[in-house]
Amino acid sequence: MNDMTTFDVEKIRRDFPIFAREVHGKPLAFLDSGASAQKPQVVIDTMRRAYLETYANVHRGVHYLSQVSTELYEGARETIRAHMNAASVEEIIFTKNATESINLVANSYGWANLKPGDEIILSTLEHHSNIVPWQLIAEKTGAVVKAVPIDAHGEFMLDKYLDMLGPKTKIVAVTHISNAIGTITPVKEIIDAAHDAGAVVLIDGSQAAPHMKLDMQALDADFYVFTGHKVFGPTGIGVLYGKAEMLEALPPFLGGGDMIERVTFAKTTYAKGHSKFEAGTPPIVQAIGLGAAIDYVNAIGFEKIGAHEQALLAYATEQLQSINSLRIIGQAKHKAAIISFTLDGVHPHDIGTIVDRGGVAIRVGHHCAQPLMDHFDVAATARASMALYNNRADVDALVASVKSVQEIFG
Amino acid sequence: MMDDLRELYQEVILDHSKNPRNFRHPADANHEAHGYNPLCGDTVNVYLKMGHNGLIEDAAFEGKGCAISLASASMMTDIIKGKTETQAKEIFAGFQKLVKGEENEFDAGEDTERLMMLAGVKEFPMRVKCATLAWHAMSSAMDDKPEISTE
Ligand SMILES: Cc1ncc(COP(=O)(O)O)c(C=O)c1O
Repeated sequence: MNDMTTFDVEKIRRDFPIFAREVHGKPLAFLDSGASAQKPQVVIDTMRRAYLETYANVHRGVHYLSQVSTELYEGARETIRAHMNAASVEEIIFTKNATESINLVANSYGWANLKPGDEIILSTLEHHSNIVPWQLIAEKTGAVVKAVPIDAHGEFMLDKYLDMLGPKTKIVAVTHISNAIGTITPVKEIIDAAHDAGAVVLIDGSQAAPHMKLDMQALDADFYVFTGHKVFGPTGIGVLYGKAEMLEALPPFLGGGDMIERVTFAKTTYAKGHSKFEAGTPPIVQAIGLGAAIDYVNAIGFEKIGAHEQALLAYATEQLQSINSLRIIGQAKHKAAIISFTLDGVHPHDIGTIVDRGGVAIRVGHHCAQPLMDHFDVAATARASMALYNNRADVDALVASVKSVQEIFG
Repeated sequence: MMDDLRELYQEVILDHSKNPRNFRHPADANHEAHGYNPLCGDTVNVYLKMGHNGLIEDAAFEGKGCAISLASASMMTDIIKGKTETQAKEIFAGFQKLVKGEENEFDAGEDTERLMMLAGVKEFPMRVKCATLAWHAMSSAMDDKPEISTE
C-alpha cells in the first residue's frame, strides 16, 4: 500500500524547470495543466539535442543524419505504441494536435461513409474540437449530430445513450475525461454498445493521457486521439490511434509527399499504414519530444501518478468546499484531478485575475465546452486542473487567493 | 500583491458592477448592437435612442459579464447620454488608449474622473477587452452594425 513513499512530488517538481520561477513575486501554483502542461527538463533536453546533433528530414534520404533522425522519429512512434498498447506501430499516426486527429477521422471516415439521415452521437461533455468537426461533416453529408445528455452531477447518462443507439448510428465520438469538469466516462461500456449497434467509435483521450495508462487492445476503440502538449510534451504534435483494418479502409485526409506509393498524373496510389495519413514533413522534433515525455511519465508510473492526483483532488475538493458561496460544478463519482467552480456574485474572469496576482494559474472561461456550460446554466467557470507535479501548497495557495477574491468583492 | 488589484477593483467599480445603471431594454431604442467576447463568452447588448438633432437621448444595456465589463458598460451608458455621436466616439477613442496604456493623459471633460476609475485595467492587458466591449458595441450600434465580436 505504501508505494506512495516512492512518489516524491518535490523531486518531481525539480524535474520541471518552470517551478524555479515566481509569478508576481509569489511561488508559481500552476493549476492549468488541463489547458497545457509544463515540460520536464528531459523533454527540453531531448528536443534540443535533436536539433543540435541529429537533425535532418525523415524518410527522405540515405545520408547519415536522415537515417538517425528517422530512427528517432520512428522510435518515438514505438514508444507511443507501447504506451497505448496498440497492436502495431502502423496504427499510430502523428498529427499536429488532437483537433487535427479528430478532423482527420471526421473527414476521411465521414466522407466515405456518411449518408443523409445517418447519426453521429457525441455527448454534452465534449470539447468544441470533438463537436465542430462533426458538425462540419454532418452539414456536408446530411448526417445528424446528437448529444448524449449528462445528469446534474455531470455524469454521462449511459441509459440514455443506449436508447439513442440504433441502426442509423454510424459514429460515436465521446471524450474519455471531460476537460471542463473532470468526469471520467464509462468508455468501455460506450465502445462495446456502439459496436453492438454497428457503429465505429472515436474516443477523445486528450485529458486522459496525462492521468492514466492507455490500453487500446483492452479498450477496443476504433480511433483514440490525444494531444502531446497536455502530456508534458511539446506543442505541434498529436496522436491518432486507428485500428489497422479501419485505417486500411479509410481514404487519405491530406495529400502530399510521404503519403504516396506512386504518383502519376493518371493515377496515384497511396502508402499503407500510418504513412497514408502523414502527408508532408512531419513534426519530427516534436514527435521525438513527445516520446521523451511518455518515457518520463512511464518511468514514474501511472499507478503512482493516479494515486497522488486522486489524493490531491480529494484534498482540493474538501478545501474548496469549505469556502462559503463556492459551488463546484461537476461532481461525478469518477473524476480526474480537475475542479470547476463558481463563486456567488463574482464572475470567473475576476476570480482568474485576482488569483493570478497570488501566483495561482487557473483557467477561467467556457473551457471550449459551451454546451456543457449551458447544461449547468453558467457562461463560464473557474477551473483548477492538476497534474503529477502539483502539491498541497498549490491547493493552499488557490484556496487562500479565492478567499482574497471574496475580501475584495466584499 | 493587492495594490494594483485594489486599484482595479475600486469601490466605485464594484458598485457599478453589482448595481449596474441603465440595465434595461428601452422600447424606443432606435439603434442597438450585440457585443460578444468569444474568449470568455461574455455578451452585451447596447441600446441607443438617437434624437433628430444627433444627440443620444437614451443609452442602456443588458448582458452578462465580469465586474470590469459591467462597470464599464454601466458608466458608459451614463456618460454618453446627452452627448452627440461624435463626442461619444471621441470619448471612446481616448478611453481605449487609456486602458490599453497607450496614453496616460485622458481628457473627457466632466467625465474624466469617472472613467479614470477604469484606468487600473492597463495593468491587466488580458482584461482590456472586458473594459471596451460595451464601447465597441455602442460604436457599432451608431454605425448600424448589429454584431460585434472582439477578436
Ligand atoms: C478534451 C479535449 N479535447 C480536445 C482538445 C484539443 O486539444 P488541441 O487543442 O491540442 O488540439 C482539448 C484541449 O484543449 C481537450 O481538453
